[in-house]
Amino acid sequence: MAKKGKKVEITSRRRFFTDIAYSAGLATMGGLLWAGYTQKAKSSPLTLRPPAALEEKDFLKLCIKCGLCAEACHNRPSNIDRDTGKPKKSTLKMAKAEDNVTIGTPFFTPRDVPCYMCDDIPCVTVCPSEALDITKVTNKKTGELDFKMMDMGLAVVDSNSCIAFWGIQCDACYRACPLMDKAIKLEYDRNERTGKHAFLKPVVSMYDCTGCGMCENACVTEKAAIFVLPREIALGRPGDHYVKGWDKKDQQRVANRVDKDITTHDKRSAKKPEDYLNRELEY
Amino acid sequence: MGMNRRDFLKSSAAAAAASAVGISIPAELSAAATQAEQGWRWDKAPCRFCGTGCGIMLATENGKIVAVKGDPAAPVNRGLNCIKGYFNAKIMYGADRLKTPLLRMNDKGEFDKHGKFKPVSWKRAFDEMEKHIRKALKESGPEGVAVFASGQYTIMEGYAAQKMMKAGFRSNAFDPNARHCMASAVVGFYQTFGIDEPSGCYDDIELTDTVVSWGSNMAEMHPILWSRVSDRKLSNPDKVKVVNITTYRTRSSDLADFEIIFRPNTDLALWNYIAHEIVYNHPEAIDWDFVKQHIVFAVGPVNIGYGMRRKGEKSLTPERPDGSAGKYSAKEMEIIRKEMAKKVSDREGPALEPYGYKSGDEMKNTPGTLKHWMIGFEEYKKSLAPYTLDYVAPLVKGDPDEDLEAFKKKLKDLVALYVEKDRKVVSFWTMGMNQHTRGSWDNTLSYNVHFLLNKQAKPGNGAYSLTGQPSACGTAREVGTFAHRLPADMMVKNPKHRKIAEKKWQIPEGTLNPVGNQHIMKIHRDIEDGVVKFAWVNVCNPYQDSASARHWIKAAREMDNFIVTSDGYPGISAMVSDLVLPSAMIYEKWGAYGNAERRTQHWRQQVIPVGQAMSDTWQWVELSKRFTVDDLWGPYTLRNGKKLPDVRKAAYKMGYKPDTTMFEILYANDRAKKYKIDLNSFPQKGYDNSECLGDARNVVGSDGKVFKGYGFMLHQYLWEEYAWFGRGHGHDLADFVTYHKVRGLKWPVVNGKETFWRFNTKYDPYAAKHAKEAGLKDFAFYGPLAKKLAHGDLKGIKDKKKTSLANKAKIFARPYMDPPEVPDKEYDTWLCTGRVLEHWHSGTMTMRVPELFRAVPEALCYMNPKDAKARGLKNGDLVWVESRRGKVKVRIETRGRNRPSRGLVFVPWFDERVLINKVTLDATCPMSKQTDYKKCAVKIYKA
Amino acid sequence: MKWSNIKYLVFRRFVQISFLFLYAMGNYYGWKLLQGDLSSSILFGKIPLSDPLATLQILSTGALVGANVLVGAMIISLFYGIIGGRAFCSWVCPVNMVTDLAAWLRRKLLIDKIERKIWISRNIRYYMLVLALIVSAISGMAAFEVISPITILNRGVVFGFGMGGGLLIAIFLFDLFVVKNGWCGHICPLGGMHSLIGKYSIIRVSHNSDNCTLCMKCKDVCPEVEVLGMIGKRSEFVSRKECTNCGRCVDVCDDDALNFHLRKFLEK
Repeated sequence: MAKKGKKVEITSRRRFFTDIAYSAGLATMGGLLWAGYTQKAKSSPLTLRPPAALEEKDFLKLCIKCGLCAEACHNRPSNIDRDTGKPKKSTLKMAKAEDNVTIGTPFFTPRDVPCYMCDDIPCVTVCPSEALDITKVTNKKTGELDFKMMDMGLAVVDSNSCIAFWGIQCDACYRACPLMDKAIKLEYDRNERTGKHAFLKPVVSMYDCTGCGMCENACVTEKAAIFVLPREIALGRPGDHYVKGWDKKDQQRVANRVDKDITTHDKRSAKKPEDYLNRELEY
Repeated sequence: MGMNRRDFLKSSAAAAAASAVGISIPAELSAAATQAEQGWRWDKAPCRFCGTGCGIMLATENGKIVAVKGDPAAPVNRGLNCIKGYFNAKIMYGADRLKTPLLRMNDKGEFDKHGKFKPVSWKRAFDEMEKHIRKALKESGPEGVAVFASGQYTIMEGYAAQKMMKAGFRSNAFDPNARHCMASAVVGFYQTFGIDEPSGCYDDIELTDTVVSWGSNMAEMHPILWSRVSDRKLSNPDKVKVVNITTYRTRSSDLADFEIIFRPNTDLALWNYIAHEIVYNHPEAIDWDFVKQHIVFAVGPVNIGYGMRRKGEKSLTPERPDGSAGKYSAKEMEIIRKEMAKKVSDREGPALEPYGYKSGDEMKNTPGTLKHWMIGFEEYKKSLAPYTLDYVAPLVKGDPDEDLEAFKKKLKDLVALYVEKDRKVVSFWTMGMNQHTRGSWDNTLSYNVHFLLNKQAKPGNGAYSLTGQPSACGTAREVGTFAHRLPADMMVKNPKHRKIAEKKWQIPEGTLNPVGNQHIMKIHRDIEDGVVKFAWVNVCNPYQDSASARHWIKAAREMDNFIVTSDGYPGISAMVSDLVLPSAMIYEKWGAYGNAERRTQHWRQQVIPVGQAMSDTWQWVELSKRFTVDDLWGPYTLRNGKKLPDVRKAAYKMGYKPDTTMFEILYANDRAKKYKIDLNSFPQKGYDNSECLGDARNVVGSDGKVFKGYGFMLHQYLWEEYAWFGRGHGHDLADFVTYHKVRGLKWPVVNGKETFWRFNTKYDPYAAKHAKEAGLKDFAFYGPLAKKLAHGDLKGIKDKKKTSLANKAKIFARPYMDPPEVPDKEYDTWLCTGRVLEHWHSGTMTMRVPELFRAVPEALCYMNPKDAKARGLKNGDLVWVESRRGKVKVRIETRGRNRPSRGLVFVPWFDERVLINKVTLDATCPMSKQTDYKKCAVKIYKA
Repeated sequence: MKWSNIKYLVFRRFVQISFLFLYAMGNYYGWKLLQGDLSSSILFGKIPLSDPLATLQILSTGALVGANVLVGAMIISLFYGIIGGRAFCSWVCPVNMVTDLAAWLRRKLLIDKIERKIWISRNIRYYMLVLALIVSAISGMAAFEVISPITILNRGVVFGFGMGGGLLIAIFLFDLFVVKNGWCGHICPLGGMHSLIGKYSIIRVSHNSDNCTLCMKCKDVCPEVEVLGMIGKRSEFVSRKECTNCGRCVDVCDDDALNFHLRKFLEK
């Protein structure tokens, strides 16, 4: 240690180590801040991704933020305004800093512009990084693209504010649904209050709904009473031990379970049998 | 059979409803009146939109409508609405409401047909109208002054307009958009029953076991009625059957037990097939007692053309060697020539054989006629002979991908439902059967089946024509705002009827013009021919809603004429016009509508109109101030050589002076002034009345002075004078004040009671009366029109002596025939047009409700995915839909609500940017003159 | 001002703006010349091009990126590696226009003459580069792409600016007031990446010390001033990898002492 008042001589050797320490310190600090920010910069869990997007975790890894999907969406023939001959506001947008979506990644807001589910799915075919995975929308048997395989989210009805549940003959969402009678069905119910009218309530099928958001876009309530959420948000998860006996597709759900360990653990089963048995019994 | 408990409850509930129709203020109305939440005033009114006639309650605050609710006391909807009804509060407040008259002017401020619209005063507007009406009268006589009228007029507006047109201008060029909507139904009613409008009521839905929908997408067009059908189906899903008969799969197929997709126009064959099965294979199902007692058989000529322009008309001359003629291209003439003569096709050949034509014959057409004559049952049976399953099934099958045998089974199932003993059946239809080149035939064919089975005019049984517009019944049909009609089913060509009207209106005998042929398409054609020089558009949008629209728009813009449009919002018709007048919208005036179950509903003025807008009634009354006895009642010679007499002298004798105005004679007369303003009592207390009192805006009126009101209760006068025509003739309406206390009443209203099922002696006092006089028991079809007929066979009249058929209804022999334009190699696809639930007609109101605009922002071309693929088209591509008459650019939709089979596309007409009526053909039912918007041939290719 | 004094500057601006213009047209009008953005594009509707750094970051997250991206990154690396050197930074990158503006203002406002208080190493960019790959691996997403002002500016032009535009202003102010050529010359890891890629490229600036009058105009304008160590001393190629081939030194030299040449490997 240098003594008080005495100027410390900085040797080149010392400078070398100081520089290294200095740089390493800065880099660590920067790296920590950076890694923290990157976590923060991940999208809101409510983000809706383009069709055939990989799971969010993998999607974020792969998306190179080139915007080719958004451009394809913007310039598809079905986006041309009939009156002006120019493209309209397109479905896919590239996230900006304020969008609460990882910057530069594509997403859509169905209330603004829903996904029209193009037959040729141009946004997916153009993706160079395979963050949009064409195999997810390709029919394995025919090898053709199939818009019905798109999976962007799941529509959810708020039956409190849905006016069809009040008895109003609305069903704007049902008529807007490109998979009418599959993705949205009407449930007919008698209206006991009037005694002679029926409720025609929209009900979403989790198997067929692609999350395109045509329903959310068409909904006539001030804030949409039917809206698309990412499936992970929209759906609960029933246990992986029970298969619906009345639903042929349900076995697949259980077969796809992640945790294959069937041993159960809880507070009651925490102790070994002998530890349990060897306790003093109060009587 | 057996009646389960639910059925029992149902029918007893209906019976209770039927007996408990007394006239009293329902508790909820008085409750609403006292319940001034947040300073809101609640009052009842009907919904603005379709013919269902739902009741709503309107909340007013600070002179603006702030909210609506379904009226829980309204029998039709019991507090519910569809989404159009849900948005009633928003329809009047679009940011671009018309607020002041607008005139096309040059820089000097003079009228200039090629000038730009600029605001003018009401006075200037009426000055221009007066000037151009005088010019038109001078150049073309009364036939030169025309009005595009409406089934959306309030009853009083329609009546006021009718009086000025027919009594003042002596013009019958006055025809409503309801012509496009209901005319075929009307001919059906007249020819079958001798009196207009349905025999049943909506309670049929709860009481029937079978709902068969023919050419009617009720789920979208009459949602509240559809929810009643749905409820009925739910009440007993096994017993209650719903069938959807349509040319393409619609929303209404959801609920249906099965759907029948038929080739356009072949519903004629389908009805005949059912009748054939009854007569030939299920004769035991015929109720011979009923048929013998109440029914006669009849037929009319079949070579009646298609209501298109005929050779020799001005715009069809000269004919050129290239096939074009006058203002029509060679392509257009390919179809128009069929109006004069056509070759009988292989498809229609067998059906026409009993009438003396066979496949390959040339059929020479004469103009459409209502003429018909009586035939025997055996002749009728002969007319049905061709409709075997093997002929009908391939002819009718509309989906090329459907299996013929499966289709045959459906047809048999349909027959089985109709003939099943004790099964109640209601056949509903709307535009599919009315907008039809044989719409009048189609309508009469429906009654045939119901009559043979004695399933008509009974609770839960009957063929039932639903209405599109909110007052197609109430105003257009009952007031008679048609070229050929007067109030209460009277006709201008009938001298007795004219006399009745002349007497009531206190105008000289001979004033009314007996020639009433200027139906709405004829008005367009007369403008194109240069005959009509002045036309006024009231509560409609004829330049968007008329087929072959390019011709009419061109004629309006390029020829020497003056077109005026009164409207709440600017639309295509206003754009085509020379003068645009701002109209008060529905809840900005007193009014009344009549729905499709004969229910008349009144409302009070809820708010003061926006800007300088005034009601159409006011506009007509103000116009009447500009014309005097001497101006209008001199002699005229009509186009056909018929003379209208000079009635001025007779007028002087009645006490009128040469300069007495039509205002004084028709509106502000002594009878009218008896209806006092009374702001201290019901129903006027607390409500505005812009016409009678003026209002806080102090609008500067037609004379350049502030308008202070007429000083008497004009609405009540118009109502009561109009209602007089029907009272005592089976059209009885209650008095003005009563309607303000109830949720509408189904006419005839006799002794304060409404009528549920007409012609049925149990329910209809008129039927009871006529039946008693004639010694009949259950029914009396007492309608008076066309009740004396000559005799003959399917080919013509054999005995000219006429027999009276009082109290009888008719079954008509009507063959299947092709429409004039059928897809061919070049134009290879059927085009069908119609509506969507979200938008009302031409969309001027609903496209301005942001939520509805968002829900359906543009009209799409619904197409089968296979057809799209075959043309290399993808969902969402822009295409041209092109016919011989024009083309529009539209986006195709291969998914979604309408699912056509291969070979047919559907394009709704609400969107003025997709002006599909540039493409459609202005062929009409030659009898009813109603345009067929449901079929023409188009080609589709990428834009 | 003589044409010869601004020739390369004008060329560069033309090229940079052309890229942005073509990208924008690719989105707004669907032109097929150049679609996408600098992260990944399609040239003439066929040839994939990708940012090598973005590709490396994706790979370091452990994800298997699409073949088009790999091929694209290879094409870019080969092009700059063999031909262009670090030309991306001065001829393509749009941020260069922002930082050049800051540098120009510094000179005009004489900020350069004020004593520099903050010193940072020009090697930070290489730390940044390594860091970008590490953070990508840790966070599971391409880390630099989340904060890169390059793609923010690029996407801003093509898809519309958002709040991210603020970052560009920050960089501008940083370069103007804090560190001369702070972003491009010190921090930007993509610059580091291109330095490494272009180390052996054949297009180079060469110095002819015989003609040099030691006016030092070249050093005044050079954003990577260390690369001009030989000025007035030795006639040789600018061989340090940080040279961006911007040609400003060639532009400002009135003595014909600096020019672009193909590197002669054998001479060395």
